[in-house]
Formats: sequence, structure tokens, C-alpha cells
Amino acid sequence: MLLNIDKVQKSYPGGRPVLRDVSLTLDQGQTLALTGESGSGKSTLLNLAAALDSLDGGEITLDGTALSPLDDRGRATLRRQSISLVFQQFNLIPSLTVAQNLSFHARLTGREDTGWTAHLANRLGLSELLPRYPENLSGGQQQRVAIGRAMAAQPKLLLADEPTGNLDETASATVLDLMLSLVADTGAALLLVTHSQDIAARLDRHAHLTGGRIA
Amino acid sequence: MTWAVTQALLSHWRRHRLQLATLLIGIALATGLWSAVQAINAEARASYQRASDQLALGRYDELRDPSGPIPLARYVALRRAGWQVAAVLEGSLQVGDRRVQVLGVDMVTYPALPAVTQVEQSDTPPDPADMLTAPGRLLAAPDLAQTLGVRSDFPPILPSDALPSDLILTDIGVAETLLNQPGQISRLIVLPDQPMGIPPLSEIAPDLERINASTRLDTTQLTDSFHLNLTAFGLLSFAVGLFIVHGTVGLAFAQRRGMIRTLRALGVSMRRLVWMITAELTLLALIGGALGLILGFFLAGALLPDVAATLRGLYGAPVDGQMRLQPEWVVAGLAIALAGTLLASGHALHRLSRMPLLSGAGLQAWRGAASGRRATALIGLALIAGGFVTAYAFEGLVAGFAMVAGILTGAALVLPALLSFALSLLQRGARGPVTQWVWADMRAQLPGLSLALMALLLALAANIGVGTMVSSFRLTFTGWLDQRLTSELYVTAADDQQGQQIAQWLDPQVDAVLPIRSIELAHLSGPLFLYGIVDHQSYRQNWPLIASSDEVWDRVLAGEAVLINEQLARRSNLWPGDDLTLKPDQTLTIAGVYSDYGNPTGQAIVSMAQLDRIAPGADTRRFGIRLAPERATEMAQALRDQFDLPRQAVVQQASMKAQSLAIFDKTFVVTSALNILTLGVAGFAILTSLLTLWTQRLPQIAPVWALGLTRAQLARIELLRSVLLAALTAVLALPLGLVLAWALLAVINVQAFGWRLPMYLFPEDWAYLFALTLLAAFIAAALPALRLLCLPPADLLKVFAYER
Amino acid sequence: MNVKALLFGLLFLLPAPMWAQGYAGLGGSADGFDIPKQGYQFQFPRDHGPHPSFRIEWWYLTANLIGEDGRDYGVQWTLFRSALKPTQTDGWQSPQLWMGHAAVTTPDAHYLAERLSRGGIGQAGVTAAPYEAWIDEWHMRGPDPDTLTLTASGEEFHYDLSLTALGPLVFHGDAGYSVKSADGQASHYYSQPFYDVEGVLYLPDGDVAVTGQGWLDREWSSQPLAEDQSGWDWFSLSFDDGDKLMAFRLRGGRGDFTAATWISADGTATPLPDGSASFIPLETARVEGRDVPVTWQVTLPDYDLDVEVTALTPKAWMATRFEYWEGPVKVSGNRSGRGYLEMTGY
Ligand SMILES: Nc1ncnc2c1ncn2[C@@H]1O[C@H](COP(=O)(O)OP(=O)(O)OP(=O)(O)O)[C@@H](O)[C@H]1O
Ligand SMILES: [Mg+2]
Repeated sequence: MLLNIDKVQKSYPGGRPVLRDVSLTLDQGQTLALTGESGSGKSTLLNLAAALDSLDGGEITLDGTALSPLDDRGRATLRRQSISLVFQQFNLIPSLTVAQNLSFHARLTGREDTGWTAHLANRLGLSELLPRYPENLSGGQQQRVAIGRAMAAQPKLLLADEPTGNLDETASATVLDLMLSLVADTGAALLLVTHSQDIAARLDRHAHLTGGRIA
Repeated sequence: MTWAVTQALLSHWRRHRLQLATLLIGIALATGLWSAVQAINAEARASYQRASDQLALGRYDELRDPSGPIPLARYVALRRAGWQVAAVLEGSLQVGDRRVQVLGVDMVTYPALPAVTQVEQSDTPPDPADMLTAPGRLLAAPDLAQTLGVRSDFPPILPSDALPSDLILTDIGVAETLLNQPGQISRLIVLPDQPMGIPPLSEIAPDLERINASTRLDTTQLTDSFHLNLTAFGLLSFAVGLFIVHGTVGLAFAQRRGMIRTLRALGVSMRRLVWMITAELTLLALIGGALGLILGFFLAGALLPDVAATLRGLYGAPVDGQMRLQPEWVVAGLAIALAGTLLASGHALHRLSRMPLLSGAGLQAWRGAASGRRATALIGLALIAGGFVTAYAFEGLVAGFAMVAGILTGAALVLPALLSFALSLLQRGARGPVTQWVWADMRAQLPGLSLALMALLLALAANIGVGTMVSSFRLTFTGWLDQRLTSELYVTAADDQQGQQIAQWLDPQVDAVLPIRSIELAHLSGPLFLYGIVDHQSYRQNWPLIASSDEVWDRVLAGEAVLINEQLARRSNLWPGDDLTLKPDQTLTIAGVYSDYGNPTGQAIVSMAQLDRIAPGADTRRFGIRLAPERATEMAQALRDQFDLPRQAVVQQASMKAQSLAIFDKTFVVTSALNILTLGVAGFAILTSLLTLWTQRLPQIAPVWALGLTRAQLARIELLRSVLLAALTAVLALPLGLVLAWALLAVINVQAFGWRLPMYLFPEDWAYLFALTLLAAFIAAALPALRLLCLPPADLLKVFAYER
Repeated sequence: MNVKALLFGLLFLLPAPMWAQGYAGLGGSADGFDIPKQGYQFQFPRDHGPHPSFRIEWWYLTANLIGEDGRDYGVQWTLFRSALKPTQTDGWQSPQLWMGHAAVTTPDAHYLAERLSRGGIGQAGVTAAPYEAWIDEWHMRGPDPDTLTLTASGEEFHYDLSLTALGPLVFHGDAGYSVKSADGQASHYYSQPFYDVEGVLYLPDGDVAVTGQGWLDREWSSQPLAEDQSGWDWFSLSFDDGDKLMAFRLRGGRGDFTAATWISADGTATPLPDGSASFIPLETARVEGRDVPVTWQVTLPDYDLDVEVTALTPKAWMATRFEYWEGPVKVSGNRSGRGYLEMTGY
């Protein structure tokens, strides 16, 4: 078991609890779609799993490491080494070129494989765009770079929060296809937040979040 | 609706109090420093104007006797030959601890002076009989009148605020008694209306010299350089202050974009919004301006006494150290605050007005286009070149300052391109991904920071330049004092006769008695003081010659040649080998040029015999005395006792040097104060720029954080970034500062004072300044870094979740 | 004549606002100054010189001249003495002040100059014998007042004249005691109206040799203005038949005060009391912003005189520290002649 979310609770200051008692597991190589109404806490859960935020209760274990005892630095190391993230937007570092963005995470982990990165760029159709800066890319291109960067780091777990939320249908289909095929190729696990039943249907498993619990 | 919109707009400031404070402080600093300088200049200028109006100075030609006072009989003879002249007797008087000038004019023939008119038109006009006959009346500024009032041996005093401080105006008959110079006249002013057919001066009074009003150096001319200097500093501070305003307004607008979009979506027109925001800015400008005026008033009040002392010491310009609040000044201050604020906000306002209703995030637009940067840099280079060309093509102080302004502005404009270039080099050399990102990120941030960095560059360059100038000047001046003040004692006798007695009495007791005798001549370039010297090693060994020909001393002492001071040499372009005409029939070859600081007028030295030939019978009242240094104190006292001389009539070399240096140091107090303030303001500008960039930082930082860097790491990088940019700027500021110093020493000083100074380098000062800069940058970045360190992850996460 | 000039002493240095003050100050006492006495015995040459114990005094010469070009000219040369205190000391602080006025009037222009001086330094003064009155380079000088050289200059003019007296001194009023008001204010006043004049005027248009007749007035006093008097009109007329007339009118709130002296060609002087002469302004001209009468009807029934007196030019305004009108006139009517007119207080 790669990811084990166990009775997790989370509330924001001054608000009702968002996650009351959420449990979920994800195995190596598995893909899981997380759906739920807007505001149901999908992003919150994903961020917790990504060690970006701290839990109020319960525990999340990633590849045998419990997250809650970790300090800021420990979590940063975990993110760097084991997790890749793709968000709805603002994934890229604005001051770096597409090429630099692509390899940035991999270089942070020290696992840079230039051949693999070039292959990814090729597969994602980014070869032409390498010297450009993110602000000069379309939304779909940006998301492809984000996926490329995520995969270049060869993560164990890929977390994606509505990666196609900003895109039109064709673009979103392309992006999703690429992501799924890359995940399949590398054997990484995928937790994907989405609103779309169609997308959810293409993944191995499906979880629905409502009332702070997995239905 | 207007009210609702107003409330919405103003609510922003309630939530961002620090920002509001920063904006107001920025406006206040800019207005304050500028207004302070304006107030100081205006006050000093008003003082000269008052003095020259009050005393009708510089309006008439004058007749003088180079060898001393003019006897009364000569005045009557001139009058009876038809010459319309008015007599003036001047002198100084010690009253308690104050030294006051006495100006005695023939009230009957002298042109009406404002003070006299004022007194006569008052409710209780004095009887003319009292003014003109014994004991007479003294007119003095109210505070001096009070001081004088306690002296029972003085004639009654009439206070008048139409007089400069430290001056007593009275009838010449009264002045004769007061100064104990019966039958003597210092100078005659030539009245504007002269009758037909008067004989030429050379026929009836060949010993008198006519000095044209235009060739007399007037105070305004002399002090222009000083004021230009202050104005330049004021402008610099103002510009630096505006950087702060620009930064803060930019931030406030960026943060209010969302609100404005919503307001527009709700049907408020853009025109209305722009109008209302302009009104809001106007209000803020007025509040900030008012604060600035208060600041400026007190700053000027604090600096004015030093300025007054400087102007009095350096130029003998009459300035009272009192600040008066002028309504024009207040209006001008508020206007400049408003103009500055609108200028600094214009860009942001323009961008806001162009913002499409449904725009995306758009924050990335802060990245400056490389082409724009190149164009700016080219303009900068052109300005620098233009500056140099101006200085070479045109003469004069204004050209000098134009050059400095061109170089400084040009360098500031080139700065972003230079920094960007430096960063791209560093980026290329960088190995790790994080370092690479840091450099890239810094480059990306440059446009937002460059204004603040330009401000820093200017402040630093000004500091280095002015500091180098002052220190070089001081070093030169100290060395020059050592050369120039060779005598151990200097004594001033009451009159020629006492002078002779003193010389006789001293002769057997000391190594040498060197008479110091001088007369005032008129030269094309202005008044010229001619000194006579006797042959002595003191001169041959020590005199600070900067240009000389062979056997300079032998030729001067043989009466064949003359030495002139640097001011005269540069002003009239006279150098060794040229001729100097002292009087129509007295022309001597120039054998050498000597440096002569702290003196605005021309000077020349001839042998004592030659001086006697030019002006027979000139008084010798001053002497330099050479003796063993350890005997100086004892001899000074002996002299005072023997001849009943007042304390200040016998001065020791050491105290003379100390006094000179004290005056010197005072001269630059204002300059250094403004220097430090400018640097402080530049530091503050960096802080505000960083705060401005803060909101725009999150989208830059959040992805990096998400990819596995801790907030502590990022905070450290923030600090490092600011310090590094400051350091780079400081490194670039050093050569700029040295160029500025060179310009000040070799161009401005020559134009303003008539002397060129050697340039010395003071690396310790640079190191100190460098450290100070890094500290300032560190402090400025500390607040944003601390904020980053304590930032809840949720805030970073918002970047990914919400559209901004 | 020139009564108001008494005020010059206080007005020397002071602009208009002091006028009222000085005027009021004069109304009362004489502040230790001597006062003219009836029956005073003149002594010459002593009385040609200054009288420092009196407040005000003048040497006042006017001349009607004809140039070689046939044009009429008028010349004025006046030295005023004004004492701040009735004493005399040497040096700047002497209370005796001097003021000179000089003018040349042509049919179409008027040139004037003014000089000021202190009394104790030699820049201005008067000595009785040899006779000299001077201020700066201006002087009226001779062994005695019968033969004089006269010179003055301004920015635009200069004149050198020589004067020879062809008749005796004339004493006005009661043997030189001239009453100026019904209240009895008076001055010591005598004249030499019989000068034959010749010389040269140097004017912007060129030099002109001139000949003509001159009239010197000598007057001193301390307190002559009555409180209600605001100005005067003073005439010195020389008729073609050799008779002369000095006549003045002091304009007062309580009525005018007039006096005159008829001087026959042989120098016999007949004083005429208040009311003997009448003066009617016939025509005024606008000069320097004021309306000044420039044509007068002067009648003197005792001598069957009824003449019209017309200014050579209205421009003869003396724009000096204290302003007045002083210029040459022509006389026509039942007698003809020339003369000088002075008008103050307009
Ligand atoms: N930083 C925050 N502070 C306070 N409340 C927050 C914060 N972030 C999220 N919330 C609240 O927590 C709840 C869950 O938010 P979350 O973003 O996880 O929802 P979501 O399921 O991802 O919604 P969507 O489908 O719209 O993205 C919401 O009610 C939201 O308002
Ligand atoms: Mg979400």
C-alpha cells in the first residue's frame, strides 16, 4: 500500500470541519478518481496527501512514512522525493523557461535523466516550446508542461487537482490521455480530483466525497 | 452611488494600514526634503535680497581709496567739482559677544533706504533733528536693538525689521563717533544722476578708484553655487521619495484590481472610477504633503543656522538663521506633493484605466520586456554622453550641474540593463536548479525593483561623490593651512601708528616680524586684494604654489613679478608668463599661482616695495610673527598686555587653524545631513518596493514551495536576494560616485569657487558605506522574509485554487 | 515768498506722511529760534550772509532772459538754508541743512536740478564778504552782491551768467519786515531786482548766449505760516517802463492775505497793505497731474494796474522733493513786461 489515508479530519480556522472522517487507500500503480461537490473538501484532502498542509486528526502514511510527525523540512523532503503535483493552474515557475520547468523537479530530487525528460517533452509535444516562458503558453500547453515536470521527477505518487478544469474538451482529453499513459508507463500511482464523471470512469477506482466523508 | 463606491475604495486602506502609512510617509518624505531645501534657499536668498535692498548694495558704482579711508575734504572737493557722490563710513564694533557692522551713511544725500523710510513712516516718526544731530539715532533689527539697548553709551535705538541682523545703520556723523573715525569716509557711492560737464575723476581725484557696480561680486552670484548644490540634493531626495510613492500606489492598485473589476461589473463606469481614484490620490497627496511641510519646516529650521553660518563664513553673506513660514512656500509644497504623487501614480492609474473588464490574472505583466530595458539603457547611455558633452561644450556652473545630472540619470537608467546582464551571467554559471531559479527569479523581479535600486544607486553615488569631494577638500585644506599659516602668531594693531610700535617692540624679541599689508584694487574680474610681502624663508619654503616659473621668489621680491591666487588665475585665465595690470601704469609679469581656499575674491602678492609704489602710505596693521612655537602663548599675552590689545587682536596659529577647520566643517554639515537622509529614503524605497512585490511573489514562490522547498529556505533566499541586489548596485555605484566626485572637484568647484582640488580616495569610507547599504537592504528585506516564514500553507495553496 | 519752503527743513528726508506732522509742528512755537522783529536794522554785508538762529532762509534768484535766437528764457537759482536747531557746529552733525534748486525754462521745456547738503562740512554755505553762496559746484559769487557770477548744472543743462546790479536794494513791508498773515507771522525780506544779466545757457539743443534782467530775493524767518494757510501765488513783475511789482497772495481757509511792493524805476519802494492787489486765475493747465493757473488777471487799483499775466510755458513744474510751480511769465494789458511767478500748494 503506497498511500494510506486513515480517519483524517481537517477544519479551517473559524469554519465548520471540512473533512470529518476520511479514509482511503491507494496501491502502487493504481489510479483513483476523487469526485465531490464544489466545496466538499477534495482539494483539501489532496493537499493533505501532498504534505502541503497539516492534519487535525487521523493519519496519512505515504510509502510507510507517517506525515503528521514530520516538520516543515521533513514534509518538503517528502514532497520533493516522492510526490508530484499537478494543479488546476499556476503550476509553473514563471521565471524559468519551459525546459527549465520541465527538469526543475527532477533536478531537485537529483534524479534527472535527460533522456527521459527529452522523451517526455517529445511525447507531450513540447519540443518546440522548450525556450519559451510559461506566460507565453496556452492553458493546455501549460498543463502539459506541468505533467511533464511531474513525470520527469519519476514520482511514486502523482496528485492532480482538476488538471483539466481550465481546458476545453479536446485539450482536456489530450492532457488526460497523456497523463494516464505516462502513469501507466512509469508505474506511478495517481490520485486525481475531478468533476467529470467521464474522466472518473476512465480510472481504476472512484471515490466520492460528501459531508466530509467518502461515500 | 458615489458614496458607496467611495466607501468601497477607502475600505482598502482600512485593511492595509501599513500601506497607507507607507504611502503617506513616501509623499511626506519627498515633499519634506524638497520643501526643506526650498525653504532654506528661499530664506537665504530673501536674506541677501533684504540686505541688498535695505542697504542699496550693488546698485551704484563706488569710489574707493586703495590705500585707506577717504578724508572728508576729498569728498567736499569732489562735490564742489560737481560729482554727485554720497559718503559711507563702515566699520565693525564689538557689542558684548556680538560683532556688529556699523553702516554710517550721509542720510541727507544717500538714496532713501527702506529702514529709514519705514522708521519715518511709523506712528512715532523720529524728529529729523534727532537723527542728524548729536547724539543721533541708531537703526537696528529688533533683536540687535535689544542687545544694544543695554549700552548706555550708545545713542537711542530705533528698531527696524527692514535691516539685516548684525548691522547698525546710522547717520555718518553718528558712525564717526561710534567707530572713532572722525573725518573719515570708507567709500563714496556714485549717485545715478550726474550733472553736465563734470571733470574726469583722474583730474580731480587720481588717487580714488571707481569700482563698477557690475564688477563687484555680489552675494547672489557668489552663493549661487551653494544654492544650486542644495537644490540638486533636494531634487534627488524628492525623486527618491517619489520612488516610494510609485511603489506603494502600484501595490495598492494591484490589490484593488479585484474590487475595481467587481465595481465595474456592477455598473460603475471606468471614467467615474478613475476620477474618484484621482480624487482619492489628491486627498492623500495633500495629507502627505501637509505632513511633509511640517517635516520640511522643522528640518529647514534645524539646518538653517548651519547654512547661515556657512554662508556668512564662506561668502560673508548676511543670512539670519531664523525660519519664517511663507504662505507661498506652503502652497508650493502642497503643489509639488500633488504633482509628485500624480506623476508617480500616473503609470498605475493609466494601467488601471486600460484594464479590460474581464481580464485574467495579469500579474505577470510585471516582467519587463527585454526590448524596453534595452531602449532605457540606450537613453541612459545617451544621457551620460550628453552630460560629458555639455560640460565640455559649455562653461559655467549650470553646465557643470547639467553634466552631473546627465551622468547620474543616465547611470540610473542603465542600471537595470547592467543588473540584468550581471544576473544572466550568474545564471549561466549556476549549477543547481535552485540557484538557477534564484537568478532567474531575480531577473524576473528586476523591473519591479529597479526604481528602488535606481534610487539606491543615486543615493549611494551621491554619498560616495560628495563624501570624496568633502574629504579630498578637507585633506587639501588642512595641508594648505599648514603651508599658509607659517607664522606662530598673528597680531592686528588698532592703526598704522600702533602697528609700527608693535613691530619695533617685537623686532629684538622674535625671529622675524612679517608685515601683512593689503589694498583693494578693482580688476576686470572683480575686486582684487593686493598683498605686499618681505623676503623671508617662511614664504620661500612654504607658500602653496600650484604653478610657478623659474626663480619665482627672487623675481617677485625684486619687484619684477607678481604672484596671483588660483581663483584669479582660473577666472581670468592668467598663468605664469602672462601679465597682470594692477593699475593703468603698473603691469607685472605673473611668476606663480598659489592655492587659496575659502576666499571668493582674487588676490595677488608683490614685494612690499612694489606695494608702496602702487599705493603709497597704505596702513600696516597686521603682522605675522615667527618665533619658537613654545614661546607663542607667552608672547601673545605679552603683546596684549604691552599694547592693551583686545583678545582677538592676537591670534595663535593653532587656534587660527582650528577656527578655519571649524568653519570648513560647518560648511558641509548640511550636505552630509542631506546625504544621510537621502540614503535613508532610498532604504525605505527598497522596503516599499519589496512590500509592493510581496503579493506578486506568492505565485512565484508557491510552485517552488509545492515542489519541496521549505518556507525557511525561501525566506533566506528572499533576504539574500535583496542584499545581493543592493550589493550589485553598490558595486556599480562606486565608479559612478567617483565620476561624480571628479565632476565636483574638477568642474563644479572650479566654476563655483575658482579652485580645482586634487582627488583622494577613501576606501574605508566606501567599505563603511557598502556595509551600511547591505544592512539597509537586509533590514528592508527582513519584513517580507519574516512574513514569508510565518505564512500559513493555506495562503500558498490559494494560489493554485483560486483565480486571482 | 516761498513761505511754505519753511517746511523743507522737516521735509528734507521725509516723504509725504510727515507733511501733516511737520505742518502741525510749525503752527505753534519757534522752538528756540529767533523771530523776525519789526524795526530790525539791516547791516551789510553781514545780512547778506546766513542767519543760523532763524529756521529758514533763502537766496533766490530768477532771471528773464532773451537768447541770441530771439526766444524767451527763464533761469532760477535758489539756495535754501533750513535749520534743525538754532545753532551752528562743524562736521556732519551740524543742524544747518542746505538745499539748492536750479532751473532753466524755455518756451517749450523746463530743466531742473536739486542738491542737498549738510552745513558743517563746507559742501554748501554762504559767506557775506567776499560774497558767495554755494552748494556743490553751483555758486553765486562776487566781491559783493552788485557784481556776481552765477552757475548751476543738472543732468541736461548748465548755465554761466554774470550779473550787474543797476539799482539799489529794495526792502519790502515795513523796512524789510514783511507780514505774511493777519495773525502777524512775518519775515525779514529784501531784494535786488535791478540785475542786468548776460551769459550762456548750455541746453540739450545747443548753447545759447542770453541777456536780460535778474531779481534776487533774500528772506529769512522762523515761523511765518498761519495755521489755515495752504499755499501762495507770488509775482515779481518788471514792466517795460522800468517800474516793478512784487505781489503775493497767501491762500487761507479764513480768507486770502495779500501784500505787494511797488518799485519805481529809480528804486523807490512803496509797500501796499493786505487787500491792495487782487489776483484772479483766468485759465488753468494740467501739469504733472495737477491743475495749475497759468493765466492770471492782476489788478492794483492804487497804481491803475490791470494786467494779464501768462506763463511762458505751463511746464515749469519743479518736481523736486517738495513740488511747486516756478517759471517766467509775460505781462500784457494796460502795462506790458515780464516777470516770474511762483505757485505752491496745488
Ligand atoms: N484557506 C482556507 N481557509 C478557510 N476555508 C477554506 C480554505 N480553503 C478551503 N476552505 C473551505 O473548505 C471547504 C473545502 O474546500 P476545498 O477547496 O477543499 O473544496 P473542493 O472540494 O476542492 O471544491 P472545488 O470543487 O470547488 O474545488 C470549502 O468550504 C472552503 O470554503
Ligand atoms: Mg478544489
